Amino acid sequence: MDANMQLKLLTDMRRVRRMEEVCAELYTKEMIRGFLHLYIGQEAVATGVINLLSPKDNVIGTYREHAHALLKGISSKAILAELFGRVGGCCKGRGGSMHLYSVENRFFGGGAIVASGVPQSLGLALASKRLNENRRTICFFGEGAMAEGIFHESMNMASLWHIPVLFCCENNFYAMGTALDRSQSQTDLVMRAKVYVMEAARADGMNIFDVVEKTKMALDYIDRESKPFFLEFQTYRFRPHSMYDPEKYRDKAEVEKWKERCPIEFLVKKMQEQKILSDEQLKNLDKQIEQEMRDAVLFADSSPPEEIGDLEKDVFTPITEQL
Amino acid sequence: MNRNFSKKNLSYREALREGLKEVLLKDEKTFLIGEDIGAYGGTYAVTMDFLQELGPEKIMDAPLSEAGFTGLAIGAALGGLKPIVEIMTVNFSLLALDQIINSAAFMRYMSGGQLTLPLVIRLTTGGGRQLGAQHSNSFEGWLAHIPGLKILAPATVEDARYMLGFAINDPNPVLIFEHAMLFGLKEECDDRPENFYPYQAKLRKTGKSLTVISYGGMLSRCLQASEELLKSGLDVEVIDLRCLRPLDEKTIFKSISKTRRVLIVDEDWKSGGLSAEISARIMENCFSGLDYPVQRLCRREVPMAYAKHMEDASIPQIKDIIHKMQEMLV
Repeated sequence: MDANMQLKLLTDMRRVRRMEEVCAELYTKEMIRGFLHLYIGQEAVATGVINLLSPKDNVIGTYREHAHALLKGISSKAILAELFGRVGGCCKGRGGSMHLYSVENRFFGGGAIVASGVPQSLGLALASKRLNENRRTICFFGEGAMAEGIFHESMNMASLWHIPVLFCCENNFYAMGTALDRSQSQTDLVMRAKVYVMEAARADGMNIFDVVEKTKMALDYIDRESKPFFLEFQTYRFRPHSMYDPEKYRDKAEVEKWKERCPIEFLVKKMQEQKILSDEQLKNLDKQIEQEMRDAVLFADSSPPEEIGDLEKDVFTPITEQL
Repeated sequence: MNRNFSKKNLSYREALREGLKEVLLKDEKTFLIGEDIGAYGGTYAVTMDFLQELGPEKIMDAPLSEAGFTGLAIGAALGGLKPIVEIMTVNFSLLALDQIINSAAFMRYMSGGQLTLPLVIRLTTGGGRQLGAQHSNSFEGWLAHIPGLKILAPATVEDARYMLGFAINDPNPVLIFEHAMLFGLKEECDDRPENFYPYQAKLRKTGKSLTVISYGGMLSRCLQASEELLKSGLDVEVIDLRCLRPLDEKTIFKSISKTRRVLIVDEDWKSGGLSAEISARIMENCFSGLDYPVQRLCRREVPMAYAKHMEDASIPQIKDIIHKMQEMLV
């Protein structure tokens, strides 16, 4: 992987991390309310996968989707304003943290019902195929989604009908507070995907090089065969499930152990070893990201709230809008 | 029978077939997905031979995955297609409710008006065929509770023929509830009805003494009951709601301002049902214009029994409607 690409990945991972840290700070100041699920620790997955996509590709995510939204092209300003509940948000403040959308950036949520985006990704991929639009469709979900019935239904249909979706399972080992081995009888997720006669592989979600390599392989397969592919990324969230989580279900020692495998520090170390990242470069990078986030918060804070008079707007698409 | 060029005699089933085939042939973005719609020909034979004629891209025989294929259709709609989902019976729609409500109904609003969801879901509804408690419900009123959905209930052959063609051009999720007891109904149907607009109630019979509000499977019973009353000189007005959400209040209130008495006949349960909603709106808007308390005839508050006499006793029958009308007009 060339130095530019590595720098781009590092930049994106640090942007995601910093945005999430800023969100946490704003949450304690009560500028952001509701549920807030942070991506800290898992940055390599969304960063590695989405950097291999083109803007026209479809991405659908989960309720822990700030990173995916940002990397798919929604600005940090529009994301922060959304979390502030302001009209400048990517959904005018109607969606909030768990429901970021952008048609322009082909980002289809943001869903708070676990696994609900999985069948929808099939439809997005089918539409692209039938309309000859040549879009790839990437579906992110957690390992918890694999216990849902609709996940089974979707995998079956995707394989049966050769629907070319890249299924990205971000296995952070906990569905909220319930450990994978306490809630699912077969914890070998790749094996479970293969049951559907689907190609599947596992990647180290803390190692951006492995994420990129395995994703490239999967995308090549999908482009070539027009069939689905299942990728499991083993990863870990460093923060609690949401801001309300007292974290009684996991050991501090376990968290600390995973933190030693921080994907950002890992890439920094690798780049330093290759001598393609100077201290000054790193400092400049952080300065630039700090500025981006400051601008985003300023934008969000100065964006007005939506008019209450518009409360009933946009329940329906006006029937006159021609399809 | 009065026949001319612009009318023909059709069954409700044939009307659904014609409407569906027309849409599937005319609009290349459409496809139908559901259980046993292809090789089997449709549980109610609505799609018989469609698979051979239209091919497997247009007619997608789905696995028994109501939530999954409804979700797929939602994604396809987001991606620019116009999917039509067939759910074999309304009871199976409970398996797909999360997708229908949390996603189809809410996504446009949640996205701040960005997403457009041109989706049609067809469901068979209603009791009367001795199919027992898990195949005989009328959940359309329940779904009419949800902002973001439009709910249609064809009670006539003409509505069965043309509602789908209208719904497919509505860029929103539209649910069409086809009643299981009506598939054999035969009526004259206009070849090209002018200004067909299904989101509006229709007076199926005009009268002065009493307004009966109904839809779907109960409409023909209300009409037959009102014919009986006519024999004793009592002219009843019968409203076919056609669309359960949005509700056409104007037609309801206008009729009541004339008759001052209203009976709601709904095949669903009373508790928290559509009949309760209509009754409440009438009370809110027509209180001083009523000469009699709003009356309701609905399903008895039990799951559906299999035995015929018990099933009949559960659902309003013509004699029950006649009796109730007479009671209100004494």
